[in-house]
Amino acid sequence: MAKIVVDPITRIEGHLRIEAEVSGGRITDAWSSSTMFRGIEKILKGRDPRDAWYFTQRFCGVCTTVHSIASVRCVENALNIKIPPNAELIRNLIIGSQNIQDHVIHFYHLHALDWVDITSALKADPAKTASLAASLSDWPLNSATYFKGVQDRLAAFVKTGRLGPFANAYWGHSAYKLPPEANLMATAHYLEALEWQKDVIKIHAILGSKNPHPQTFLVGGMAIPVDPNSQNALNADKLAEIGRLIKKSRDFVEKVYIPDLLAVASFYKEWAGIGAGVGNYLSYGEFPDPANGTLFFPAGIVLGKDLSKVYPVDQKKVAEYVDHSWYTYSAGSGKGLHPWEGETEAHYTGPKPPYEQLETDSKYSWVKSPRYEERPMEVGPLAKLLVAYASGHKPTKDAVGFVLNKLGVGPEALFSTLGRTAARGLDCLITAQQMTVWFAELEQNIGKGDLRIHANELWEPSTWPAEASGCGFHEAPRGALGHWIRIKDQKILNYQAVVPSTWNASPRDHKGQRGPYEQALIGTPIADPNKPVEILRTIHSFDPCLACAVHLYDTGGNELVRVSVR
Amino acid sequence: MDEHSGGHGNGNGQASISQLLEERGVSRRDFLKFCSAMTAALALPATFAPRVARALDEVKRPTLVWLEYQSCTGDTEALLRTANPTVAEIVLDILSVDYAETIMAAAGHLAEENLDKVLKDEKGKYLVVVEGAIPMKDGGVYCCVGGRTALDRAREVCGGAAATIAVGTCASFGGIPAAAPNPTGAVGVRDAVPGVTVVNMPGCPLNADNLSALVVHYLVFGKLPELDAIGRPLFAYGKRIHDNCERRAHFDAGQYVEKWGDEGHRNGYCLYHMGCKGPETFHNCPTQRYNEKTSWPVGSGHGCAGCSEPQFWDTMTPFYRRLPHVPGFGIEKTADRIGVGVAVATAAVFGAHGVVSAMRHKDTSDETKED
Repeated sequence: MAKIVVDPITRIEGHLRIEAEVSGGRITDAWSSSTMFRGIEKILKGRDPRDAWYFTQRFCGVCTTVHSIASVRCVENALNIKIPPNAELIRNLIIGSQNIQDHVIHFYHLHALDWVDITSALKADPAKTASLAASLSDWPLNSATYFKGVQDRLAAFVKTGRLGPFANAYWGHSAYKLPPEANLMATAHYLEALEWQKDVIKIHAILGSKNPHPQTFLVGGMAIPVDPNSQNALNADKLAEIGRLIKKSRDFVEKVYIPDLLAVASFYKEWAGIGAGVGNYLSYGEFPDPANGTLFFPAGIVLGKDLSKVYPVDQKKVAEYVDHSWYTYSAGSGKGLHPWEGETEAHYTGPKPPYEQLETDSKYSWVKSPRYEERPMEVGPLAKLLVAYASGHKPTKDAVGFVLNKLGVGPEALFSTLGRTAARGLDCLITAQQMTVWFAELEQNIGKGDLRIHANELWEPSTWPAEASGCGFHEAPRGALGHWIRIKDQKILNYQAVVPSTWNASPRDHKGQRGPYEQALIGTPIADPNKPVEILRTIHSFDPCLACAVHLYDTGGNELVRVSVR
Repeated sequence: MDEHSGGHGNGNGQASISQLLEERGVSRRDFLKFCSAMTAALALPATFAPRVARALDEVKRPTLVWLEYQSCTGDTEALLRTANPTVAEIVLDILSVDYAETIMAAAGHLAEENLDKVLKDEKGKYLVVVEGAIPMKDGGVYCCVGGRTALDRAREVCGGAAATIAVGTCASFGGIPAAAPNPTGAVGVRDAVPGVTVVNMPGCPLNADNLSALVVHYLVFGKLPELDAIGRPLFAYGKRIHDNCERRAHFDAGQYVEKWGDEGHRNGYCLYHMGCKGPETFHNCPTQRYNEKTSWPVGSGHGCAGCSEPQFWDTMTPFYRRLPHVPGFGIEKTADRIGVGVAVATAAVFGAHGVVSAMRHKDTSDETKED
């Protein structure tokens, strides 16, 4: 059977290729392949563990904080370092703002064009657009004049005859359902979000010097000094600016993102029945309380779409398979290895480029296949929210209930492409609202005179034990992220990461079980095989991040270290 | 080349940039403000601002394609945060960005068609930005787009361009994938595509305001800016961080941070003892800063990592180890002389990864000694 090939999948981080078979207007089989490999973990070997965060941060420049966080947590876990409350709260603020900004960029700039036909916005009536927008929220820019201005700018752009990044897309496709007014509203907010994200992410610049790639993380704490009586430290002036940016991020999420999400979703309800995927969900939880380490979003596992039970996470049950990935294991095929025992020999056996199709019966990706007790697991905002919802987490129950009620659908609608996209919005909303709490806690703690930002006692490697092992977990914008380290003689002996897009983008495993992207594509309708916008909808609903996903694991020892997810 | 627009117009009678900006609701005043900011970024005297404005008035809309290979997409993200938001973004937009995987609406073969169209219709006239390193090992199988290797595609696209801009340290010098032991044989664009004009804009990620300034320079003067020995524009990489650092007075006065969060750290003392690589790094971070000039690493209490220098992943690590041999007080050497020294050292590093490994081992012993 002829395959549809989409390569490159654009509007993602990294290099992803999807091949799919279509029969009777629906996808009957699918393969997910990553086509780029760097090998950063091999590069880490022999280096100073305190530098690891700076290296792993470069796994990804989109989710630009997540590997730094997982890395410092991992080394702190190995060395048994407890960081001061200010550092924990500053990390929460950095993680939170990353999450908020990343989700908004994903919705408007990476995902929206799968649902929004910007060329149709030219036909909209600006006055009707304003009434539509005003019926959704009291955002101050909801005026006919404003939408007319956006429409004029768009018309001038189209008149030049050169659509730049908007050229040659699937415009006019029958799968686009929004009326022109909704398209104009979303286009206006696409542009607004572009301005907004630049501003709100300055929280990272104030707390961490710059974004992307904030340069502020330290094993043992943070590098931003805190002192209300210094102009070179986090003082009242800088806190006030952070407070303004937190408010600005929350306002946009509450008054623009969530209303837009609900408006768009209401025209695409059939996508609540498409794209379910593997039905198993893993979340590591996030936002430790500085006092006791309790996580704001709980960790857990939901299996087989059963929300009546949440299982605890046991990192020992993670194993990776390479039966369909371009690597070999010394023990042969069909074996899964826990990251502590992980080994990899990169071994490309795919077709010689240039190629038309991959050999999907054998090996076809640089992504490995992580499995939890041999099960493929979906990770990401949907997994995070399902675990929290099933655990009875009140802010999540309230937010999910509100959206289900608004759209008139039941919880089963969550297991879908639309559910994934909606969950990302709700994750963003809950986090945006919680930011004020961490911010107030930070102000109070500084107000008490606590200026500590770093646990200095174990900074010098000479103070470390000869050998140590640890792991660090982080619930990143794209889901469950784990880093594992082994330290010997003050150097990295082995470093490993199992990241969200490795879980989601994984190819088939030793049992032939599809990975989450692949499974989610089964049954997806395809109106026009030459313009498979439907593939983009489901794949983008996962928010792929492929540079993160591809790793090289080094040969490790046999020692198994028991570390539980906190 | 089109004589009237300095070699970068598309000759199809389009409106000038300032006209287009006006149509998009950008006022003349904002436009002139942008020109002044660009003039400053280019380290030109302020009196050049009118000339920048005049030149941009006349320039038509050249095409730019953005290729992404062994990258983390950090440079694309940096572009989304340019410090002159409204105008800079539109100026980049007005460049007609016909191919950029991370933002473009088209996907799959339709996306590749857009790129092929540029190669055919704009031959010799378009600009290419490359983000990410290019793997050379094993026939380049470590990075493929649309079934073709990065190496194959980059040679084709850069080969037909007016100029190539390598953004970020990976595209400039190989960056992190090229760090020892360089598992995929990653190199920068200059090494992967010999014989083409490449401007290196390193940084991890690059400061996108410097990219805006480079493009404006190209549009205004009709040529590329003067480069140092390793291909970096002098306007952004001509001076050492250490010599422009806001904390330099503390270095000269011998006032150093000794522990994270100590009194010196809280009072903005010099980060040299905490491993700052400013004394060996050429970049305009202290003045250009990041995120609309909000801050930069030293300004927020963390040392410079030397990210705009070739092979800094090997030569500047461990990051928290104090640099040996930073001479005494004042500006002791001109940037030019040091630039040559850095280039020579770089050539040696490129020469043999064994050297790099040896340096890393040596670092270890130095650290032990100091500790």
